[in-house]
Amino acid sequence: MTGTVENDSYTTDEMMTVAASRELRDGVVCFVGIGLPSEAANLARATHAPDCFLVYESGTLGAKPDVLPLSIGDGVLAEHADSVVSVPEVFNYWLQAGRVDVGFLGAAQIDRFGNINTTVIGPYGDPKVRLPGAGGAPEIAASAKEVIVMLRHSPRAFVEELSFVTSVGYRHGGDSRDELGYSGGGPTVIITDLGILRPDPETKEFVLYALHPGVSVDDVREATGWDLGVADELQTTGLPTNEELRVLRELRWRTEQARGGQRA
Amino acid sequence: MSESGRPSKVMGLGDAVAEMVRDGDSVALEGFTHLIPSAAAHEIIRQEKKHLTLIRMTPDLIYDQMLGMGCAGKLVFSWGGNPGVGSLHRFRDAIENGWPNLLEIEEHSHAGMANRYAAGASNLPFAVLRGYVGTDLPKVTSTIRPITCPFTGEELMAVPALNPDVAIIHAQQADRRGNVALWGITGIQKEAALAAKRVIVTVEEIVDEFVARPFGIVIPSVAVDAISVEPGGSHPSYADGYYDRDNAFYAAWDPIARDRDRFRAWMERHVLGVETFSEHLRSIERAEALR
Repeated sequence: MTGTVENDSYTTDEMMTVAASRELRDGVVCFVGIGLPSEAANLARATHAPDCFLVYESGTLGAKPDVLPLSIGDGVLAEHADSVVSVPEVFNYWLQAGRVDVGFLGAAQIDRFGNINTTVIGPYGDPKVRLPGAGGAPEIAASAKEVIVMLRHSPRAFVEELSFVTSVGYRHGGDSRDELGYSGGGPTVIITDLGILRPDPETKEFVLYALHPGVSVDDVREATGWDLGVADELQTTGLPTNEELRVLRELRWRTEQARGGQRA
Repeated sequence: MSESGRPSKVMGLGDAVAEMVRDGDSVALEGFTHLIPSAAAHEIIRQEKKHLTLIRMTPDLIYDQMLGMGCAGKLVFSWGGNPGVGSLHRFRDAIENGWPNLLEIEEHSHAGMANRYAAGASNLPFAVLRGYVGTDLPKVTSTIRPITCPFTGEELMAVPALNPDVAIIHAQQADRRGNVALWGITGIQKEAALAAKRVIVTVEEIVDEFVARPFGIVIPSVAVDAISVEPGGSHPSYADGYYDRDNAFYAAWDPIARDRDRFRAWMERHVLGVETFSEHLRSIERAEALR
């Protein structure tokens, strides 16, 4: 999969991953969820942020996977890690202690204040869809200095009201999060396959900050279940560079090879 | 008898489960993606254990199997999914539709569960943490309560200790004296074992002496009640140094578990229809078993 990549030929998922990876500054301590966040974090590590320190909730500190893990506890995470600690230790001594700069989360549903649902669709006692649940997310949302959220844009995901609040963003907006006593600052950005949302500094309501190339404001508003505001100076996300696409596709290719090559 | 003169803890897994897991017990089978005690879960299913309170941070395929076979009345957990694949269909069917029986759930976050085990291992009544505040979890889970720090006045959350009747873990090795060695991702196993009243450990093999490994831990013999040798005993999970995660099996599980009849038929053929986990592993070697 090496060779020249034309940067006008990329998927919306690739744009999302690239945009998310750019949010990760070099040298930060990043607590990574599995799936999209893990892909973006590892793209960042392989491009502009070689010294970002990846922490996975399975207890791997300074993980350097050369292929993307399928689960949060894959062997590849421990293999090249700086340290491997127990689960209580990673949550207590690392996350709760304030050693994590950036938490990287996915979501099933998100609201205008960046609150996240990964528990249930419909009433809790009689659910329409039972989702996996909280995992490490509530405490990542509470204690990471900032949180990056990544999910695909759709009216089912970007909702007016969550069925269940699993992890807190800016709660009811304004300074209502501050009353909870959390050390973390809350979500600073939502990256989707259509664009980038950032919170208004006062109301803390997420507004459209940037469109990915080829996407219109109407596209994003149609895919959002609340009346989405738009930033005064709307940006356009920079196209994925050849280098970003090459590294991302190589990472995916190596991952597929590794998964296909495992004992079945 | 072991070298020390104490009775050997090594026994067949069937005997260990029959002796130590009783109907109605609370049972924690732990292993954070790595070293999942699958062989023991199958033994619980074969012995038709009932009304268990099953505890696990990340209920996965073996919990899907035990729930779907009606072993549990209650589930205590923090994340229930098929990692990298999607839903656990038997887990969902139990919660959404009460099939094959009504399932009570007690739901926490990972940090909450980890601290509950640590409190249990420390013989404390509860643990405190910063978390849960502002989420809907305290509204639906009665074992999450606010508490005020007596020194600073800070509002924190308290969660009660977990002290399972039985903890079951899988490890790479035991030595002749009954000490148990795990390395790689060791998750929550030490805390679960030290919190439990009875502890069953399945191992890949018994060795004369352990070799020191980075990030390895040893659970001393005095904290272990039974050791059973079950090579391959954590399949489709992996055992660092022995075999890789069988990612294809996790993917293949999705359509099997999606349908009640297909699930039952698969369980009857590959779990109830065999006597040991080694036999199970042979029975699923044929590719058509996964289709």
